[in-house]
Amino acid sequence: MSDDPAVDVRGLNHWFGTGDARKQAMFDIDLRLPRGSFTVLMGPSGSGKTTLLTLIGCLRSVQEGSARLLNQELHGAGAEELSHLRQRLGFIFQAHNLHESLTAQQNVVMGVQVSGGIPDDVAQQAAAHALGLVGLSDRINYLPANLSGGQKQRVAVARALVGNPALVLADEPTAALDKDSAADVVDLLKRMGAARGTTTLLVTHDNRILDRADRILTLEDGRIVSVSGQC
Amino acid sequence: MTRLLQRLFGRLPIGWLQLTHKRGRFAAALAGVAFANVLVFVQLGLMNSMGAATLKPYEFFQADIMISAGDANALSEGGNVARQWMLQALADPDVADGMGLFVSNVLWDRGGTSISFTSFGIDPAHAGFVAPGLTDDQDLLQVPGAVILDRLARGLPPEEAAAIRPQTPLRFEAQGRTLTAMATFAGGGGFGGDGFMLMSDQTFLSLFPARTSAAPDHILLRLRPGSDVAATVTRLRGLISDQSLRIRSFADAAQEDLRYQQTQRPTGVIFGFGVLIGVLVGIVIVYQVLSADVADHLREYATFKAMGYGSRFFLGIVLEEALVLGLFGFVPGVLIGTGILMLMGAVTTLPLTMTPGMAVTVFLGTVVFSALSGAIATRRLAAADPADLF
Ligand SMILES: Nc1ncnc2c1ncn2[C@@H]1O[C@H](COP(=O)(O)OP(=O)(O)OP(=O)(O)O)[C@@H](O)[C@H]1O
Ligand SMILES: [Mg+2]
Repeated sequence: MSDDPAVDVRGLNHWFGTGDARKQAMFDIDLRLPRGSFTVLMGPSGSGKTTLLTLIGCLRSVQEGSARLLNQELHGAGAEELSHLRQRLGFIFQAHNLHESLTAQQNVVMGVQVSGGIPDDVAQQAAAHALGLVGLSDRINYLPANLSGGQKQRVAVARALVGNPALVLADEPTAALDKDSAADVVDLLKRMGAARGTTTLLVTHDNRILDRADRILTLEDGRIVSVSGQC
Repeated sequence: MTRLLQRLFGRLPIGWLQLTHKRGRFAAALAGVAFANVLVFVQLGLMNSMGAATLKPYEFFQADIMISAGDANALSEGGNVARQWMLQALADPDVADGMGLFVSNVLWDRGGTSISFTSFGIDPAHAGFVAPGLTDDQDLLQVPGAVILDRLARGLPPEEAAAIRPQTPLRFEAQGRTLTAMATFAGGGGFGGDGFMLMSDQTFLSLFPARTSAAPDHILLRLRPGSDVAATVTRLRGLISDQSLRIRSFADAAQEDLRYQQTQRPTGVIFGFGVLIGVLVGIVIVYQVLSADVADHLREYATFKAMGYGSRFFLGIVLEEALVLGLFGFVPGVLIGTGILMLMGAVTTLPLTMTPGMAVTVFLGTVVFSALSGAIATRRLAAADPADLF
């Protein structure tokens, strides 16, 4: 069972727009992410990296082909099912997307409580612990406005990881960060993923990150053109 | 507060945190809600005061049935009723007593200003028709020219009214006759007059020579204890051959008068409109506040949506916001509203008061409309596609 890949995509096609404006963005994608792997997705701008991530992340409906996420077929799945499945994922966006009215700890608590039925004090503790793991234990009561870019992105990492997601999807999480912060955040993702057996798919343009990847996928014009590293 | 709400909801009070995060904006939102509340309070207060003023004179009398002319929509409107119908009605076994009631406005010219009294001519021999507790001095009305004056009448100095006693009566000129105020009762100014006055039917007829004792404005009937008012009304309608007359229970007459004032008379319609406008403005304000808040946080909501939070969660946030805005806007709203009504009441001597009913209605209305606005505003969240966040 657990030998099944976390993500198993076969023959996936995707189009944007309707009628004359209809344009194919994904062409016959085949992709497997073994459990616990750390995969980097590269490719020029407009090649479809984000599109692929949102399809795998249940943020877009699969139109054609098969995409299995954690042994569940996404093609034809209902909105409720997809929303439920999203609770088992951790998202890290290019912009940190923290809630400005919530402290670092409260933002991370949101990542815990999405599963529901978790007592408040347990959630608070889990959030504080996760913030400790990303090195922010002295900042848990700060509002995002009072944190640096790197710190905010680390809060976002804590929020994505605190619920022990089976799969972490990160889209250029380091784009807005300086070199040191970027390396910090990626190391963090890699280290915490390895410790928890989390599968990670990370989109980046950043060549400095490549040596940390188990595998590197390259997309071009909606097609996977190269796969390097062990499969 | 945050802890308390956290206990209450079993989750982070995001609505509360979101609202209070920007203090200036929160204050503005509360001011908006409070303003909407005050607006509705003032309009409701005016409308209620008209209702209270309309029903007031009915409280002066104790009767079960009232017979009026067909066009008598209010106590002081319409034609009169032949006294003979009272004698007919008295033939009914359940009718215990009857009395003709005369109504007209009497102007007391005070040199420069004048006070308009809605005056009732009653038969002092049928004392039972005067509501108990209104006055103990109705026997004094048997003296020709004697009246009992409304001490709360608009324009009547309170110390002047307080000095009126049977031993120290107040004489004044009205309708070219000298009247003697022997005692006072508590009435109060309304929209139709400045106050009220009670006198004997004989005194009334001497003020209005054109009127005759054979045709009072209304006929009041009292029934024997335990009689069925509705059944008696039906019987009287059969017994009295003049089909143009309105034969109603006294309570129905009061309610029909109220409805008439609210729906047919310009003042009532205007006040009704005032309430409607107040409510509409209030709805627009709370909708603005909540939809602006949702629009401001669309990105955050989209993130929560991507994390797996469902529509129920977002609805919970806006409901929480509706509750917070309703509650915190209501407190200043009800205080300012009460103050304004008291001030207006003092100036106009209209019965303008904040009633618990008004307060509860406005509070619930605010929360309900805020919640509805919020619920409508969350529909925009459907457009917040989390896929666009990457
Ligand atoms: N919502 C959309 N509607 C229409 N076309 C879209 C939409 N999103 C993406 N596309 C198109 O699909 C293609 C792939 O876009 P995508 O955003 O996935 O690329 P990307 O690899 O993430 O690029 P970048 O590196 O710039 O983020 C592009 O041609 C883009 O114009
Ligand atoms: Mg992209």
